[in-house]
Order: sequence, then C-alpha cells, then structure tokens
Amino acid sequence: MYDGGKIIAGLLIGLVLLTFPFWYNLGKAAKLPEPKLAPEAQKAKQCVESKEYMAAHHMQILNKWRDDVVRKRYRIYIGLNGKEFNMSLQNECMKCHTSKKEFCDQCHNFVDVKPYCWECHLEPKEAKEGK
Amino acid sequence: MSFNLAFYSALFGVLGLVGIALIGLGAHLQLVFGVIIPYVAVILFFVGMIRRVVIWGKCPVPFRIPTTSGQQMTSLPWVKRTLADKIESPSNNWWAALRVATEVLFFRSLFRNLKVNLTKDGPKISYFSSKWLWLGAIAFHYSFLVVLLRHLRFFTQPVPGFVHLLDQIDGFLEVGLPQVQISGFLLLIAVTYLLIRRIVVPQVRYISLPADYFPLFLIIGIALSGILMRYWFKVDVVAVKKLTLSLVHLHPKIPQEGIGWIFYVHLFLVCVLFAYFPFSKLVHMAGIFLSPTRNLPNNSRAVRHINPWNPVVKVHTYEEYEEEFREKMVEAGLPVEKPLEEKE
Repeated sequence: MYDGGKIIAGLLIGLVLLTFPFWYNLGKAAKLPEPKLAPEAQKAKQCVESKEYMAAHHMQILNKWRDDVVRKRYRIYIGLNGKEFNMSLQNECMKCHTSKKEFCDQCHNFVDVKPYCWECHLEPKEAKEGK
Repeated sequence: MSFNLAFYSALFGVLGLVGIALIGLGAHLQLVFGVIIPYVAVILFFVGMIRRVVIWGKCPVPFRIPTTSGQQMTSLPWVKRTLADKIESPSNNWWAALRVATEVLFFRSLFRNLKVNLTKDGPKISYFSSKWLWLGAIAFHYSFLVVLLRHLRFFTQPVPGFVHLLDQIDGFLEVGLPQVQISGFLLLIAVTYLLIRRIVVPQVRYISLPADYFPLFLIIGIALSGILMRYWFKVDVVAVKKLTLSLVHLHPKIPQEGIGWIFYVHLFLVCVLFAYFPFSKLVHMAGIFLSPTRNLPNNSRAVRHINPWNPVVKVHTYEEYEEEFREKMVEAGLPVEKPLEEKE
C-alpha cells in the first residue's frame, strides 16, 4: 500500500466515528421505560383513545386540545366508544395519570424528548415534594 | 443510455424496494427486516468501505498535480503569499490537509463551478460563476449530517447532550407537535433540487445513468418516509427505540408492541443505502480524502518524486568509470578527478 500509514490512520478514525453507537453503549445497560399506571387509571380501564393510538399520537391530541380550547373554546372531546372527555391536561389527563415522574417522564426520558407542556402547566405533586 | 431507461429503472427500483418491504411485512418477516437485513447492511457497509479504500491505497500515488500556480513556495521569500495562496498551493502536508479540509467541509471545488455562455451575436465566450450546484450540495450534505446525528437519540442511552442540543436548534421554530425539524425538510428539498437539476439541465441529463438517479430516489424515499413517519403516520417511538437499542447492544429483539409499517419501509430503504454505499459513487465519502489534486502538496520542485514502477536501471556512474580506467586515463593524459595513488 502507498502512504499506508496515513490511509490506515484515516480509515481507523472513520471507523471509530462511524461505529459510535456501538461502542458508546458498551457496558451501559439500557434502562427500559416503565410507565406506571396509577390506580385511578387502572380503574378507568380505557384512555381517550386506544392504548396503541395514544402511544403514537398523544402529543398530537394534546396539541389539538390546546388549540381547540384556547383558540376555539371547544371543551368536549368525544373519544373511544363515544365517551366524552374534558379537554384539559391538568383536569382530565392527570386525573388518571397522576404522576408525571412515573408516567410521562418514563418514556420521554427514554427517547430524549422534553415536551414544553410544563412551561405553562403545573406539575402535580412532585413539584411540591421537591420543595 | 436513454434518459427514460436510466430514470425509470431507478425510480421503479426504489418503488420496488418499498414494495419488497411491504410484502415482507405482510408475510410477518419483522425479524428479517428489523434485525437480519440491518445487520447484513451494516456489515456490508463497513467491509465494503475498507475493501474500497484498501484497493485505492494499493494504487501508486501519482506525481503531484499542481492545479494552481505559486509553486515558488518558500524558496522565494519575497513573493508574497496570502493565506488563500498557502491553502490553494500547499507547500507541505499540513497545508495540503487544510486544502482537503476546505474541500470536505466547504466543497471548495464546487464553489469554483463556472457556467460557459456563448453569446448569440458573435463568437464570444463568457464565463459566469455558478453557485447553484454548490448551494444544493451543501444544503443536502449538511442537512443529511444533522438528520443522521439527530438519529443518535435512537441509538444511545443515555443520549449525549449534543444530540439534544441539535434537536432543539433544529426545531427552534416550535411549529406543531412533534416539532418541525428544519433539517428533514431541507434535506428533502435539496435532494429534490439535485434530482430536478439532473433532469432539466440537458448536459447533465445526457450523462446521467441509473447509478445517478437511484441514490437520489433512494434518499428521497428515505427522507419522505421519515417525514411521513414523524408527522403523519405515527409509530410508537418507544418501541422503535427498544428495537434500535437492542440492535446496537447486539441483543436484537423485536419489541412485542409492534411498530407501524412505515418504520419498516424507512428502515429497509436506509439498509439498502448502507449496503449500496461502498459499491456506488456514494463512496466519495471516503474517496474525497484520497483526491490526488487536493491531498498532495505542490512541492514537485522541492522534493523528487520517484515513479514507483520504474524498472531498476543498472547504472555506471562516472566515479565508478574513473575508478575502473584511472590508470589508462592517466597514461593517455586524460584529466582525472582523483590522482593516481603513488605506488610505494
């Protein structure tokens, strides 16, 4: 090989950079999210929509709820099986999913999402406990 | 090759790939498309890249190709050289490395792109600077880089801080939820521009082959499926990350929750891109570092370049000649460099 030293050095740098995800995680056991359903949620049995739908779409529902309530003064959402819900994060969602730490944050931290819900809304309980 | 053949074979090639992914999912081959194909693609990518670079490495390095003037370098100190001159006409390896860096980071050669214009009223040629290709290329490559780096959030746990920072800067518009990331749309726009340029400019269209259209369609497919997945055909992101993390942890496992079809289409197209990479023109990612007009310093006057395949020539130097015939030369009265040794 001509200029082998330089070429191999370049190859090695490239390989180290490109295999970043493989060696970065070495020895780190991935903590999988464990969103806990509060007893209130277990009693209610169903969410606004199906579980699968909520897992993928909840942020869009919340975004739409905000716009509907704040801009259009709609308050009622008709969900799964025609059940009516009050479009409110604090007064409806958090009634069942009582803990941000044990429910919301579990998955959000896992996929590195920091939603700005809490820039306006109050966090339940934990905020008080923190103080 | 005719335009139609090149264009449509590439287009239907990519559509066929989407079809393969969909048929595979229909046959419940999640394991194949979620685990086996990604691993095969990544192995092909790395093995292929190393093989390619080693093949290049075995080629003899050509004689320096001075594409610029200013070879007086450091030997004529009164000739003023600006920083640009030093980079354009490097005198040693460090300056040459800087020249390669301007090529890799800023696409220096594309920036120089000229457009030739033949005026109609007379045989006059004029040249215009043409930056559109440079602009499209730089938008495409950098947005692709940002998109790639942002995807690290699926492959690392805990996610490094710079990935989150990039995510926030990319989504600073705060439009919609999930927030619109500029890089994704910029990537799609830029790659579409590069495709349209290829179709519309007659000269480029004439020289374009399926190997030119295929990567463009493939990347359009990847960007489009990614954007559709993020904003419209939602999938369970937690399940996606469980799968991707298990892949890089080398404990592959398809999550029980199930992931939407669009994810597998996106993943399959990415796998094809990875596997195709080292065997196509896309390998310029490694090749750009080995461009002889960029990475060799212009020192052809200062340093002797010996052609590596020169045959060994038997030489008889003058010293050797004189050594052999000194006595006879002195006898004949010919001048010698070294006098005859006195015999004692």
